[in-house]
Amino acid sequence: MPWKELTSKKRDEFEDILEERRLSSDLRYAMKCYTPVIYKGLSPCKPNAIKSAVLHSEQVQYVIKQLAKEMGESPDIIQEEATEILDEMGHRMQLGAVRFFAFTLSKIFKQLFQRVCVNEEGMQRLQHAIQEHPVVLLPSHRSYVDFLMLSYLLYTYDLALPVIAAGIDFLGMKIVGELLRRAGAFFMRRSFGGNKLYWAVFAEYVKTMLRSGYAPIEFFLEGTRSRTAKTLTPKFGLLSIVMEPFFKREVFDTYLVPISISYERILEESLYAYELLGVPKPKESTSGLLKARRILSDNFGTIHIYVGQPVSLRTLASGRINRCPYNLVPRHLPQKPSEDIQEFVSDVAYKMELLQIENMVLSPWVLVAAVLLQNLPAMEFELLIEKTLWLKGLTQTFGGFIEWPDNLCAKKAVLSGLTLHSNIAGLVDGHVVLNDKGVEDGAVGEIVFRHALAVLMCATYRNQLLNVFVRPALVAVALQMAPSFRKEEVYSCFNFLRDVFSNEFIFFPGISLKDFEEGCFLLTKCDAIQTSQQEIYPTDKGSGTVSFLSAMFRPFVEGYQLIFRYLSKEMKEAFTEKQFIPGVRNFVFQLLEKGSTQCYEALSSDMQKNALSALVQLGAVKKKKMPSGVTYSVNQEAVSKILDMFDARIPVQKPVAARL
Amino acid sequence: MAAAAGEAAGGGGGSPSSARRRLRIISGHLRGSPRAPGRGALSPSPCKAQGGSAGPASGSIPKKRQELLKWNGWGYNDSKFIFNKKGQAEFTGKRYRLGGMVLPTFKEWIEKTFGASLEHKTTSRASLNVNDVPPSIVNEEFLQDLRATKISYSQDAEDRVFRAHGHCLHEIFVLREGMFKRIPDIVVWPVCHEDVVKIVELACKHNLCIIPFGGGTSVSSALECPEEEKRTIVSLDTSQMNRILWIDEKNLTACVEAGIVGQDLEKQLAESGFCTGHEPDSMEFSSLGGWVATRASGMKKNIYGNIEDLVIHIKMVTPRGIVEKNCQVPRMSTGPDIHHFIMGSEGTLGVVTEVTIKIRPVPEYQKYGSVVFPNFERGVACLREVAKQRCAPASIRLVDNAQFQFGHALKPQVASIFTSFLDGLKKFYITKFKGFDPNILCVATLLFEGDREKVLQHEKQVYDIATKFGGLAAGEDNGQRGYMLTFVIAYLRDLGLDYYVIGESFETSVPWDRVLDLCRNVKERIVRECKEKGVQFAPLSTCRVTQTYDAGACVYFYFAFNYRGISDPIHVYEQIERAAREEILANGGSLSHHHGVGKLRKRWMKESISDVGLGMLRSVKEYVDPNNIFGNKNLL
Ligand SMILES: Cc1cc2nc3c(=O)[nH]c(=O)nc-3n(C[C@H](O)[C@H](O)[C@H](O)COP(=O)(O)OP(=O)(O)OC[C@H]3O[C@@H](n4cnc5c(N)ncnc54)[C@H](O)[C@@H]3O)c2cc1C
Repeated sequence: MPWKELTSKKRDEFEDILEERRLSSDLRYAMKCYTPVIYKGLSPCKPNAIKSAVLHSEQVQYVIKQLAKEMGESPDIIQEEATEILDEMGHRMQLGAVRFFAFTLSKIFKQLFQRVCVNEEGMQRLQHAIQEHPVVLLPSHRSYVDFLMLSYLLYTYDLALPVIAAGIDFLGMKIVGELLRRAGAFFMRRSFGGNKLYWAVFAEYVKTMLRSGYAPIEFFLEGTRSRTAKTLTPKFGLLSIVMEPFFKREVFDTYLVPISISYERILEESLYAYELLGVPKPKESTSGLLKARRILSDNFGTIHIYVGQPVSLRTLASGRINRCPYNLVPRHLPQKPSEDIQEFVSDVAYKMELLQIENMVLSPWVLVAAVLLQNLPAMEFELLIEKTLWLKGLTQTFGGFIEWPDNLCAKKAVLSGLTLHSNIAGLVDGHVVLNDKGVEDGAVGEIVFRHALAVLMCATYRNQLLNVFVRPALVAVALQMAPSFRKEEVYSCFNFLRDVFSNEFIFFPGISLKDFEEGCFLLTKCDAIQTSQQEIYPTDKGSGTVSFLSAMFRPFVEGYQLIFRYLSKEMKEAFTEKQFIPGVRNFVFQLLEKGSTQCYEALSSDMQKNALSALVQLGAVKKKKMPSGVTYSVNQEAVSKILDMFDARIPVQKPVAARL
Repeated sequence: MAAAAGEAAGGGGGSPSSARRRLRIISGHLRGSPRAPGRGALSPSPCKAQGGSAGPASGSIPKKRQELLKWNGWGYNDSKFIFNKKGQAEFTGKRYRLGGMVLPTFKEWIEKTFGASLEHKTTSRASLNVNDVPPSIVNEEFLQDLRATKISYSQDAEDRVFRAHGHCLHEIFVLREGMFKRIPDIVVWPVCHEDVVKIVELACKHNLCIIPFGGGTSVSSALECPEEEKRTIVSLDTSQMNRILWIDEKNLTACVEAGIVGQDLEKQLAESGFCTGHEPDSMEFSSLGGWVATRASGMKKNIYGNIEDLVIHIKMVTPRGIVEKNCQVPRMSTGPDIHHFIMGSEGTLGVVTEVTIKIRPVPEYQKYGSVVFPNFERGVACLREVAKQRCAPASIRLVDNAQFQFGHALKPQVASIFTSFLDGLKKFYITKFKGFDPNILCVATLLFEGDREKVLQHEKQVYDIATKFGGLAAGEDNGQRGYMLTFVIAYLRDLGLDYYVIGESFETSVPWDRVLDLCRNVKERIVRECKEKGVQFAPLSTCRVTQTYDAGACVYFYFAFNYRGISDPIHVYEQIERAAREEILANGGSLSHHHGVGKLRKRWMKESISDVGLGMLRSVKEYVDPNNIFGNKNLL
């Protein structure tokens, strides 16, 4: 499954949907005749009918009987429980609520955003897809605005509103939760691993809606909002549920639609930064959201929504799935997916995320942030403009999708970015600096914290570039790490980095060599490297590019090293994640205070967790599931070995090299 | 079934005389059909003299098949669809009830369904070009030995081409426009078991390849000669071994030579008041041996059973010798049943020469019926319930809406039984049964058989169930017309071929819970594949549930499209059929319910029966026929 065409694709044009809203009545818009196109095979039914169908389905009844037998309970009691689960979970889509949302969201969105831009061709494709087969919408997840916006969008284009799998934390927000429910959200508990009944009811609920073509199903592959604006590695549970009806041929096909929602300025940006630094996040309570009204007076720039080409699951699966397992067991019995199915689901998940990434819109500010972070504490304004312009070219060479109006000069672009993000950076005496001053200058700790906050916020924007850059950049890093320019050594380093960062960035599983080749290809394309039979080396002209790229990823290389060092030195005993995060945070904090590192990003709990998972995957940390929770224990030797590899004391792996 | 349904149309449903009428119908086939040339003259056969008890054999099908049957299409020479001078469709000949009738709406249906036009016509070559036919290569020593046996044979080009194929689309297409690369070198006509023994012995002696030929109705490429076969290929035509050897009224069995074709078997048994009740749609032409060799299934299996339920004893001549059981009993526990190596062996192990088959008294009473359902889902649910209650009539079939419309398009101008279904329905539709959409509804056709009282009782039971599923009784005539569809379709393909429309049918069996999904997905797959392959006009893609069982059903698909603008229609057609089969398998359907595997579906055998399963079959083949005398390459 090739994950991406290397030739840069032609992308659709955008249309601002708020423009119309600013010109005509929101009320009329909310009350418009709404007759969405529907799936051709739809058997119309009410939300309650769905619930009852789910409850009485063979699938759920089977599990109820099983559990009754196992626990010696009467099936009625368990059935009762299932009903409760369904009530908690089920959506109650009502046109009234939808209209209410259409009205209020119009008002709110117009306040918050300058423009909401959509590729209309994508909407048209979606309209076709909805009529043809059940559709699963897979948007990127950066903000709570995501699913509100998507529903709003579908309403605007007269498409069926999606039912949305949302985290149950929303239920805490009483009124909003209920409203969301009526607008089509259904809720899942964040973790229900052990609860068979919950799983059965939930899975059947989703599948029933999908099979009947009731409405598009929407959920987030990333599982939760990415606090870093970097795509999170995918979760597979929901995806495998929505794929199952096709595997069992209960539907002819299913369309998966990757949707990229890009924010020029993310509503929750400062909240996220606090959260990453360990300041507890406010529970999603209604009052919390109301306080967020303060935000309403602020400007959050433009949103771009790119609705990708619907991907046919049937096409993806053709030739890959052995049909036998599904033919030999009644379809209503719960069946653990076979290994090839699991692998397939994972491949599809990654593919979809890569498609999301491909169509993420990058604002000029993203480039500014990337440049600025390499030039702290201050950068001359003119130089920043020059560098930003240069980076724009590079980004485009790498296939990045930059929204930069044709006639906009670089200076204006940078300035408007600075204006929109004045909370992060500003212009002082012809120099651009981070906006990291507190109300009053306090203790060292306070200064470190403030600065970290600014860096992390700024990084949120740079991060949007990373998945576009990661292949060539890791080649660049590998070039600097490897003891020589010999291809196999460079590849070996690349491969190592790719493994270490496999939770940090999105790589399609199992195609390291291809990724490497793509990285090399892109670097060659921008004249940064040259390759011969045996060697890869930077060109004279290209050394600037190579060092820029490796500097871009340095926070990760250094951050991981710090975290690994902490683990290998400090963690002699088994520990939990709850112990690890504050521990490593303190460790890094002290180093920052002492000035012995500049790597503020290592304070990010996101990076810390990713680094820990990386070690688990590399076998250097053991993860144990205990009744009390998950604990970790470090294999010191293995971790030091990995640390050594960062210093390029890496033995070349011959067999792999042979393929180069 | 074909003939029976078509002709039984005579006297309108359930009269007590229907059994006698059926006799008339079947014997009707013989009228005007040239009898087999005096067998004595061509092949004085000693075994004939010892004779059977059932009188002199006289088959409906002559040795020179081309004198009676089309050489490049389906059925009798005199029976075919044409467009008459007025541009109306018409069915020729007097054999079938439809004969001589005009079908006024048919042209429009064809144009609408396929985007076909009468102006765009292709024509088959008029006759076989003997010069194109691969030469007959037979060594002289074998010919000498063969002559010594006095078994009739022919090296004539027409005779050989006629036995080089069955009735798959690609085979008919080749006949119309090309030539087979490999055909039999010689045709032999044994008249009894002993003749077959001699032929097989000679084949072993001279290392020849034998391909048994029954009625030639195969739809699995089973009769096609492997192109790479270097040995002389002998087509062993069983059609002259067609006597009923004896009838045992006490045990209700009959011993019959394997070459007898369905219509003759029923006709001759009927003379003694019996029938087998085995009525595959091809029964006019297919043979008892062919049924055994392919594991055939008849329309009325609900009463009489499929071939495996009907057979009591089989005699088969193999290169190893003769295989048979020592007694004729209803069941035995003596290890795996050797009949099951023979049934479905598709001519790869030997020649079935004699079969003892169960017989039943001809039923007193027969009645057709039909039920209309609001949609296909309800119809399937009803059939499932009928199967659950084990009260399926002799035949129960459910056609989807497209096939219902198709049947409607075949309505002749005259004849009371053909009164328009829709006309009648519309009245109901407006008054009583609002909610039936003529573009969604579907129809089940029924055939009851037995003694009168029980039939009526049974009928009520089935209609009561149907009512529960929203079904409305729609009359006997519609039932009868439904069954007629089955047999005309085989003739229709030839008409389609004249107007750039190619088509085929295929079947599968599937568990009940997957019937709907399978039907929908396979039809959809066909439509999509057509589109992808550049077929300009949406295809006809339709199905019916033709048999019900306790655990599942048999589903039959028809698929046809207009191939104008496509340079290699057969290739495209085959790709689509293959995709449809993949789809069936992915939906939990079987490789075949009754058509068999032949060479057409071989590629899926391993996946169907597992490696070990295939090995088991192979080892039987290796033991029985180590030199691959029966080298038609089917199945394995
Ligand atoms: C219009 C039409 C309708 C059909 N309807 C049905 C139906 O309702 N049910 C059904 O089951 N099938 C049906 N078929 C398929 C076909 O009629 C059956 O497969 C039938 O059993 C084949 O019999 P045959 O005598 O024509 O055999 P042939 O086509 O001559 O041969 C079929 C295979 O059997 C072998 N064979 C034939 N005779 C012998 C023998 N005596 N000993 C050993 N091997 C032998 C041949 O070598 C060949 O491999 C239909 C086909 C058509 C064209």
